[in-house]
Amino acid sequence: MFEILEKRSLNPTVTLMKIYAPKVASKGEPGQFIILRTDEEGERIPLTIADFDRENGSVTIIFQIVGATTEKLNHMNTGDCLKDFVGPLGRATETEGLKKVAVVGGGVGCAIAYPVAKKLHETGVEVHSVVGFRNKDLVILEDEFRNASDKYVLMSDDGSVGEKGLVTDALKKLIESGEKYDRVITIGPLIMMKFVCQLTKNYNIPTVASMNPIMIDGTGMCGGCRLTVGGEIKFACVDGPEFDGHLIDFDEAMARGAMYKPFERKSHEATCNLFSQEVK
Amino acid sequence: MANMSLKKNEMPVQNSEIRSKNFGEVALGYTEEQAIDEAKRCLQCKNKPCTKGCPVQIDIPAFIAEVAEGNFEEAYKIITKSSSLPAVCGRVCPQETQCEAKCVRGIKGEPVAIGRLERYVADRHNAKEQAEVEKPVANGHKVAVIGSGPSGLACAGDLAKKGYDVTIFEALHIAGGVLSYGIPEFRLPKSIVQKEIDGLKELGVKIETNTVVGKTVSVDELMDEYGFESVFIGSGAGLPRFMNIKGENLNGVYSANEFLTRINLMKAYKSDSSTPVQTGKRAVIVGGGNVAMDAARCARRMGAEVYIVYRRTENELPARAEEIEHAKEEGIIFKFLTNPVEIKADEKGWVKSIVCQEQRLSEPDASGRARPVPVPDAFFEIEADSVIMSIGTSPNPLIKSTTEGLETQKWGGIIADEKGLTSKDGVYAGGDAVTGAATVILAMGAGKTSAQAIDEYIQNK
Repeated sequence: MFEILEKRSLNPTVTLMKIYAPKVASKGEPGQFIILRTDEEGERIPLTIADFDRENGSVTIIFQIVGATTEKLNHMNTGDCLKDFVGPLGRATETEGLKKVAVVGGGVGCAIAYPVAKKLHETGVEVHSVVGFRNKDLVILEDEFRNASDKYVLMSDDGSVGEKGLVTDALKKLIESGEKYDRVITIGPLIMMKFVCQLTKNYNIPTVASMNPIMIDGTGMCGGCRLTVGGEIKFACVDGPEFDGHLIDFDEAMARGAMYKPFERKSHEATCNLFSQEVK
Repeated sequence: MANMSLKKNEMPVQNSEIRSKNFGEVALGYTEEQAIDEAKRCLQCKNKPCTKGCPVQIDIPAFIAEVAEGNFEEAYKIITKSSSLPAVCGRVCPQETQCEAKCVRGIKGEPVAIGRLERYVADRHNAKEQAEVEKPVANGHKVAVIGSGPSGLACAGDLAKKGYDVTIFEALHIAGGVLSYGIPEFRLPKSIVQKEIDGLKELGVKIETNTVVGKTVSVDELMDEYGFESVFIGSGAGLPRFMNIKGENLNGVYSANEFLTRINLMKAYKSDSSTPVQTGKRAVIVGGGNVAMDAARCARRMGAEVYIVYRRTENELPARAEEIEHAKEEGIIFKFLTNPVEIKADEKGWVKSIVCQEQRLSEPDASGRARPVPVPDAFFEIEADSVIMSIGTSPNPLIKSTTEGLETQKWGGIIADEKGLTSKDGVYAGGDAVTGAATVILAMGAGKTSAQAIDEYIQNK
């Protein structure tokens, strides 16, 4: 069983948990992910590894409460145990040979962008982090990001924190001002990554996007996580989750990502009702 | 006096009208009277042609003779000398191309119903209160088994009986491999799979679920750091193939693996399951193997009208005759000489229809089967809400790509000799990981062969 060692709310809909999983912690690298089940009847959901502590055997996950499973997960507390926790899955972020990188994160994607920035920073790479949120209340990991970045640009849709505007505006400004990146790494909503990739293509900057599609087993068995990259079918779980952003068919990925939205909404509501009944 | 009836005792089955709406087992099993009556059809041939047709050489006439006498426990003992999973194999083995194909009674009339008798014997044994299993005396040697499907279970069971300290590493959260995620409840109840797994645990086999060998731990680490003297790789062939046609990534297009995993492993057929599956009003299954039949019959039970499209004719269908028969009874519509060329979307990116091209059969190809060739300009469209691709699977590349010195075929199969020894000292492999997608019984046989070889390897070290 995988004990929750720590639980902390990062914003009203985003929660951080440290999970005791020594085998995963001993192998995990930034860019990789895990799959968990909360209980015997639960579904399998993939979450990217946000951090790990090899000595204490813990793995940090950060999740947004969007469906029934993340709702259930959010109702668990320190000391509770997850039923299943498997990983590390997928390929780690490639950082070799990089000198200057822009890490572009959006929303809860910043939770995944952060360990990448941290690793790059630790290995002596110059890191410019451009992060965006809808508003001030949703900002996460600000201190952590600042500590892992040579430059930190915070954007918000409504201007309630940082600069008003999109991450692409900020990235464009940086590039136009003469910053030369040998890679852009982007993690966040598909629509954001799509526009980041369109932008960097204009400047011919190699760009990697981290995909987080629907998956079941995470080992290449179901093919549910497939996407088209450069005209070929790839499985995010074993070939990714990071791919050449200039080759990803984002429109297809967005359609596939929405496949179970109605089901998710319904089952999320059902779970919420269940919890509110328990409270009564 | 032998029973000279030309026909097998019929297998009692759930009515097709009713069963196409539930996931309960289709075939209900013989009664004691039927089993004894059927056993009496066996002529007890001295040269045992049926045994030669069995991939694990069960002494078939011997066990049937015991059934005919009503000595069911004796019959069970004879079967389990050669087979590790009789309740499973009695259900899913293609007997019609193996033991029963060689049965002398089949020359004129139907062969003896060997599979049904095997199932009866195993079920009868399993239904009894089991005496406590005596744990074998430990010999102090550790062996790791990767994958808990048929080959891994068989290998682990045989080694544990010899006193080895065996640990099975399973990537998913439930043991059983394809028996759990692939073959549906109505064909192989999961309680039977669980029974086999519980039996192994009683022998002292440890099962570590949630462990992806190649990711969580490597083969080399198992041997160098965890102290396993030998490793058996039974990781199966779980990588789904696609056709690479337009529209294959639309919403509502599944690999058979995904569709079956959602339904069997994640129980999406139950109304309270937290894992969704979208079958819609009409499902089109592409392919003609047993997996295609399983997917089609699951889709039917989810309430869909179901088409199977297959590029050859009924004669070339690779699925078992019994599965095809059951599928037809359940109202599944077969479109032969039909090959998909494109899947079309509605305005929301969901499957709307599948465009197919008529085929005709030409001279045999490398597989010995008549090759389908497209008929020019003969296209037609089938409206559909979901499409399930069931055109085969390849071995999973995870272990190969993370194990130095493990040689594989171009198509991904692990290279192993007849005893399962790979290019790596102490590392054995068997089942679909070596052969590509095949049958439960062949995988089980490979697991048993490797167990023997691993025993010899460790004892001679």
